[in-house]
Amino acid sequence: MAKKQLRIALRNCGVIDPERIEEYIERDGYQALGKVLTELSPEATIEIIKKSGLRGRGGGGFSTGLKWEITRKVQADQKYVVCNADEGDPGAFMDRSVLEGDPHSVLEAMAINGYCTGASKGLVYIRAEYPLAIERLKIAMKQAREWGFLGEDILGTGFSFDVEIRYGAGAFVCGEETALIHSMEGLRGEPTVKPPFPSESGYLGKPTNVNNVETYANIPVIINKGWEWFAGIGTEKSKGTKVFALAGKINNVGLIEVPMGTTLREVIYDIGGGLQDGAAFKAVQTGGPSGGCLMEKHLDVPIDYDNLIAAGSMMGSGGMIVMDDSNCMVSIAKFYLDFTVEESCGKCSPCRIGNKRLNELLDKITKGNGTMEDLDKLRNLSTVIKETSLCGLGQSSPNPVLSTLENFYDEYYEHVTAKKCRSNVCKSLMMYIIDAEKCIGCTLCARNCPVNAITGERKQAHYIDPEKCIKCGACMEKCKFSAIFIN
Amino acid sequence: MTRIKSLPELTRLRDDLRVKRSAKSDKSSPESIIQVKVAMATCGIASGARPVMEYMTEELEKRNIPALVTQTGCMCYCYAEPTVEVTVPGKKPVVFGFVTMKKADEIIERYIRKGELVEGIIPADYDTIDSK
Repeated sequence: MAKKQLRIALRNCGVIDPERIEEYIERDGYQALGKVLTELSPEATIEIIKKSGLRGRGGGGFSTGLKWEITRKVQADQKYVVCNADEGDPGAFMDRSVLEGDPHSVLEAMAINGYCTGASKGLVYIRAEYPLAIERLKIAMKQAREWGFLGEDILGTGFSFDVEIRYGAGAFVCGEETALIHSMEGLRGEPTVKPPFPSESGYLGKPTNVNNVETYANIPVIINKGWEWFAGIGTEKSKGTKVFALAGKINNVGLIEVPMGTTLREVIYDIGGGLQDGAAFKAVQTGGPSGGCLMEKHLDVPIDYDNLIAAGSMMGSGGMIVMDDSNCMVSIAKFYLDFTVEESCGKCSPCRIGNKRLNELLDKITKGNGTMEDLDKLRNLSTVIKETSLCGLGQSSPNPVLSTLENFYDEYYEHVTAKKCRSNVCKSLMMYIIDAEKCIGCTLCARNCPVNAITGERKQAHYIDPEKCIKCGACMEKCKFSAIFIN
Repeated sequence: MTRIKSLPELTRLRDDLRVKRSAKSDKSSPESIIQVKVAMATCGIASGARPVMEYMTEELEKRNIPALVTQTGCMCYCYAEPTVEVTVPGKKPVVFGFVTMKKADEIIERYIRKGELVEGIIPADYDTIDSK
């Protein structure tokens, strides 16, 4: 029977010892590099990558082959290829897993990229919070040099290429390629307006090709198995597979790799094993802070770059967070905005000020002070931020707001008009009440209340003072008679 | 290690390594050996894979079971960490989830020694680039 998953980028993860180059070689390691250097011209190799239909796995989805071609065509005395390992989406960890489980595949692909674009130097930009990935990458680089896959005269072909590591301090914006390059140059991690694109003027002003870890991990397989094989997987405009970090209220939390075109339903129910405790599905968040929340009606949408954008979300780097009825969608939007406000570099005003204002509006709504006018403001401001921000961070940061407004308008409406949070997440809208009929006056709740908000005589119904109550829920947890409920 | 100087040399080395690997998994070969892989990515280590790996290495040696215990990256079953894959020569590899020391002991005594099935097996739910 055909399986739902196909592991291409993760082919060696969990299979080989990442610290032993022999195990990589055993599984066709460095064969693609050897083939390209001995049998193919850079142009022919780029043609293979273009025809394979591989698109950038870091989020944008730009054609990888085209990017290589543009970098190749620019004349310069020195060019660079960069591996973007600055994985920053909350809940996404596929790049870390690839680097920890199969670092050689990234090095091999970078060398191929160097050959194709005319670069002799590669740089891996990786966040310092990934110590094990860095350690294994360093071991792999040392081995690759000793065995002759990096350095001078690789495989006797005269081609020379070597890789260095650059550390990031963990700023989300540094995943954006121009900000990443500035960070590598020792400057502030701030984006600049494109054009010029990095492929024309990047690291130290030289043509620079930036690709993501997962994109690189696909390259050797495309060379070894042919572009036809790769292009035979996926949908019309999105080829191959995508790795997702499946998280949230789902049974089988983990990394999955599925062919493009797999539906969300297949991912969540067949592979993910459905929701925890058999809860009802409410939403799935894809694309991290740049993506959006999709709902029940999107479950049968085949996942690919274009369909996700059409549905109001995006592929992003591949985070996938599943939510049930206990998740308040306004609070989810606020969670992502909190993140964006924290991570905005502050260079352009739409992102710096606009997101802050968005966050304040959401805060107002979750506290029960929102008005219908605020909902309009949210939408208008989001549109302005999207259209006027300098880089991808700001241009996509309102997506969580817009998609929840679109798909879960009812919940916003309830928060504003009825001052109600149906998921009982927004504390300001909740009220703990004791049912006088059920309460037997055991005093257990009063003894456990941390702020002494509960009063009442022994053996008589108790009362919670809403002014004092901090909505911690301790009383409800302790009550043996289910006499406490939330209104 | 000497440098690999050409593609044919690399291909020869790959083929040699493959022959050695199949000998390890071939029941009738004198080289055959139990192969144990422990998922040791950040996630696995955080869930306690390191002591499990040490335990398996030591215990297999103590109990005179010739085995090769190695580390790998993430096996992608985050919900079931630590995960361990065991290949008994002549049999397909089996992945066990939620492996504690107690579970590791059970895997050694029951699955490896007696060939009995042990609870906690994660079925391989994916195609590989070779099978597709």
